Amino acid sequence: MNDMTPERDERAANLKGLGCSRKRVEDARFTQGKGNYVDDIKLPGMLHGDFVRSPYAHARVVSVDKEAALALPGVVAVLTAEDLAPLGLHWMPTLAGDKQMVLADGKVLFQGQEVAFVVAEDRYIAADAVELVEVEYEELPVLTDPFEALKSDVVLREDLAGQTEGAHGPRKHHNHIFTWEQGDETGTNQVIDNADVVATESMYYHRTHPCPLETCGAVASMDAVNGKLTIYGTFQAPHAVRTVVSLISGIEEHNIRVVSPDIGGGFGNKVGVYPGYVCSVVASIVTGRPVKWVEDRMENLMSTAFARDYWMTGKISATKEGKITGLHCQVTADHGGFDACADPTKFPAGFMNICTGSYDIPTAYLSVDGVYTNKAPGGVSYRCSFRVTEAVYFIERMIEVLAIEMDMDAADLRRINFIKKEQFPYQSALGWEYDSGDYHRAWDKVMEAVDYKGLRKEQAERVEAFKRGETRTLMGIGLCHFTEIVGAGPVKNCDILGLGMFDSCEIRIHPTGSAIARLGTISQGQGHATTFAQILATEIGLPADSITIEEGDTDTAPYGLGTYGSRSTPVAGAATAMAGRKIRAKAQMIAAYLLEVHDNDVEFDVDRFVVKGAPERFKTMKEIAFASYNQAIPGLEPGLEAVSYYDPPNMTYPFGAYVCVMDIDVDTGVPEVRRFYALDDCGTRINPMIIEGQIHGGLTEALAVALGQEIAYDEQGNVKTGTLMDFFLPTAWEVPNYETDHTVTPSPHHPIGAKGVGESPHVGGVPCFSNAVHDAFRPFGLRQTNMPHDHWRIWQTANRLGLHD
Amino acid sequence: MTDKMHVKLKVNGENREFLAEPRELLIYALREHLNITGPHVGCDTSHCGACTVTLNGKSVKSCTMFVAQANGAEITTIEGLGNPAALHVLQENFREHHGLQCGFCTPGMITRAAKLLEENPNPTEAEVRFGIAGNICRCTGYQNIVKSILAAADEMNAAKEAAQ
Ligand code: FES
Ligand code: FES
Repeated sequence: MNDMTPERDERAANLKGLGCSRKRVEDARFTQGKGNYVDDIKLPGMLHGDFVRSPYAHARVVSVDKEAALALPGVVAVLTAEDLAPLGLHWMPTLAGDKQMVLADGKVLFQGQEVAFVVAEDRYIAADAVELVEVEYEELPVLTDPFEALKSDVVLREDLAGQTEGAHGPRKHHNHIFTWEQGDETGTNQVIDNADVVATESMYYHRTHPCPLETCGAVASMDAVNGKLTIYGTFQAPHAVRTVVSLISGIEEHNIRVVSPDIGGGFGNKVGVYPGYVCSVVASIVTGRPVKWVEDRMENLMSTAFARDYWMTGKISATKEGKITGLHCQVTADHGGFDACADPTKFPAGFMNICTGSYDIPTAYLSVDGVYTNKAPGGVSYRCSFRVTEAVYFIERMIEVLAIEMDMDAADLRRINFIKKEQFPYQSALGWEYDSGDYHRAWDKVMEAVDYKGLRKEQAERVEAFKRGETRTLMGIGLCHFTEIVGAGPVKNCDILGLGMFDSCEIRIHPTGSAIARLGTISQGQGHATTFAQILATEIGLPADSITIEEGDTDTAPYGLGTYGSRSTPVAGAATAMAGRKIRAKAQMIAAYLLEVHDNDVEFDVDRFVVKGAPERFKTMKEIAFASYNQAIPGLEPGLEAVSYYDPPNMTYPFGAYVCVMDIDVDTGVPEVRRFYALDDCGTRINPMIIEGQIHGGLTEALAVALGQEIAYDEQGNVKTGTLMDFFLPTAWEVPNYETDHTVTPSPHHPIGAKGVGESPHVGGVPCFSNAVHDAFRPFGLRQTNMPHDHWRIWQTANRLGLHD
Repeated sequence: MTDKMHVKLKVNGENREFLAEPRELLIYALREHLNITGPHVGCDTSHCGACTVTLNGKSVKSCTMFVAQANGAEITTIEGLGNPAALHVLQENFREHHGLQCGFCTPGMITRAAKLLEENPNPTEAEVRFGIAGNICRCTGYQNIVKSILAAADEMNAAKEAAQ
């Protein structure tokens, strides 16, 4: 009976459910300038907060004189650590089990650190008053290099002096945070020592920043009469913010309402809890008026959430034929002045242990050392699921280096070592269970689409022409096959501050057959209001256009851990499907009652329940919805609602195969991306248009990181990249057109088989662009050169290789 | 604090008057005195274009101008390009071709694109890319923005031809 008939096709199409490129419901307000972002919020009597920040990277704060600032008309308050201390709010817990100063408590540990919070009638007065606060500093020696920091006598965190045990085990030195080990060290060393071939390489994955177009901000409003605190803010995890605020302020959680309004991009920047949020709350309590704080771009780049900064050394071993036998990875991680990394509690280096990548590597070992330095705290997942970007970069570079060592084609080397389709679910040497994949199919499809052999031939000819002096450009072919790990995650091993990383969905069907669904996540541009309605449309047979999706208000939405790490579709998307199924189960009973048959004698058919074998006897979901409100059905409560809290049984493992073809001008160092082919497998595809948009965006952020974007410091700890003049964000002029493709390998454990896609292109894109640069110079002996590959660095590489002689 | 001045602007066809400090940036004057919150602040150093408006017939980054400099000017923001009953062709095409994600760059981007298509009704892809290079988008990778603008140009040209 379930054959697709044209009539049935049409009914399905009307739902705009799974798999269709439904246009976005968000766009009407955004295209007309009617979005509602934090800085658009204006409450009666609202004050503005602004920070006095440290110009030094490491200094003692001798005194703070607020007299002159307070004397300025329009200034309402100036808060320092001393004012926050009686409330116990001068320090706050970080997501990584460390603590962080809200306002400088005796010393500062990075340039741009928050020292005092000025509250004034408007943003101009606040900025004037910031200039009037007199802070006396006594400079201290600055440590910006983690290796130096581990040797230095200088104690960065005096508050931790003498503590040999940190949140993640023993500390080896006063500037050391943790050592995290995974895998079999002895076994791996043995394999590597006895291998036919071993390649060793060190690489630095530089510090960068997610830099969404909207900076971070908040509006806090304490209603002293009712004892209710409302906080609007750029929060990727509003529920977690509510819990944290309650724990640190002592305000009962039911008296706190956290609202994430429209968010102008997140990319990990808006996961953490920042001093600005805490100070706005305190200022509102102190002044009795709403207080807005919105950081400017310079503050954003200097203080709220760097990403990466991993020094990685690898050893990879193989047989003569190229079969990889072992992988050893040692990382020194620069965490800055406080360990504020946003990772699940048990994973201080995130999911770095996915660094065996897409390959069947029998033995592996990983160790990560976290180190304090005089740089900003952060360590967020910049369009990435908890350090997966670093892991994939590491393995995809190690593969290239091994190919060089063995004088092999890097595509062939990958193909020999891919985990085979029949090996899934695959148990990795570093502890993960990959859910599903078909890497060979994806890889072969891409190789054929780009005519890989033809490209290699062209490249060889180019090298010859270059040697003959006929051209000054080289050609690079960048390859990457990545495996992501997203959808954190199973409560048994994933929590943040003790909060399990499940997610949730609550659905109410209205009498006339429309619905509202609320989730614990929050969109920052991913289009949840569009896609989650599609999941539901297919599950419950009501048109997506009749379903409102609401997120971000903790007073109404069910509890969830928010949106980052590509977790919305794998976790909240699953909760949505499961809640939908509960609705459907009740609808089935109602339908059976209305049709006067047994429950099992009706079956779901697109948008209705039909009597088995008699499709002309049916009740549509719309009719069922109405019936649920107006019929007394024996044994059934009225109404049609459901809620699901979904604890995923496993992570999901999206993957993809990318190729980048690049021409590099040896004399200017300018790389030109001629072609980029991206095949992604994110399992079941909910909305192809949105998936494609995510891929374009992620690849562009990858291009930025690989080819120029960095947060750089000088030796005094001054941030050298504090404005968009120095911090590279590509414009339309620098970005190529991308070709996208896909295969579909559903996740076996996700209710609709979806895996998540938002971060894949970034995770896979960075090594692909970087490998293209490396590959262009491979014929001239280049093995490894660190990102970002900006024009100057590429020119230097060419120069070092003697190509300007 | 400096003395406030009397500012007169014509914004989206309406005459508006208010008191502001001369040093206030135009973007804040629009957003905070006039509640025109379509244009956004992404950097306040003239790099991102989120604050783009049309001022006396030119695309201007409104974070780069003091309200005193804008006094007397005629300004169009995203709010003045179309309305729910009659969207601007660009607004329709951005939706149609998924030319936006978080929407933060969108008001500036569409305002700039509208001016670009006035300056050059038949742009090539390269001209579109160059023409919007002052507007940064962190979400879309530009591919669909370019597509949206080219599609809008086609549609506007077809409409013009049909009218002739
Ligand atoms: S806010 Fe004006 S250019 Fe960025
Ligand atoms: S849509 Fe987010 S910045 Fe452009």
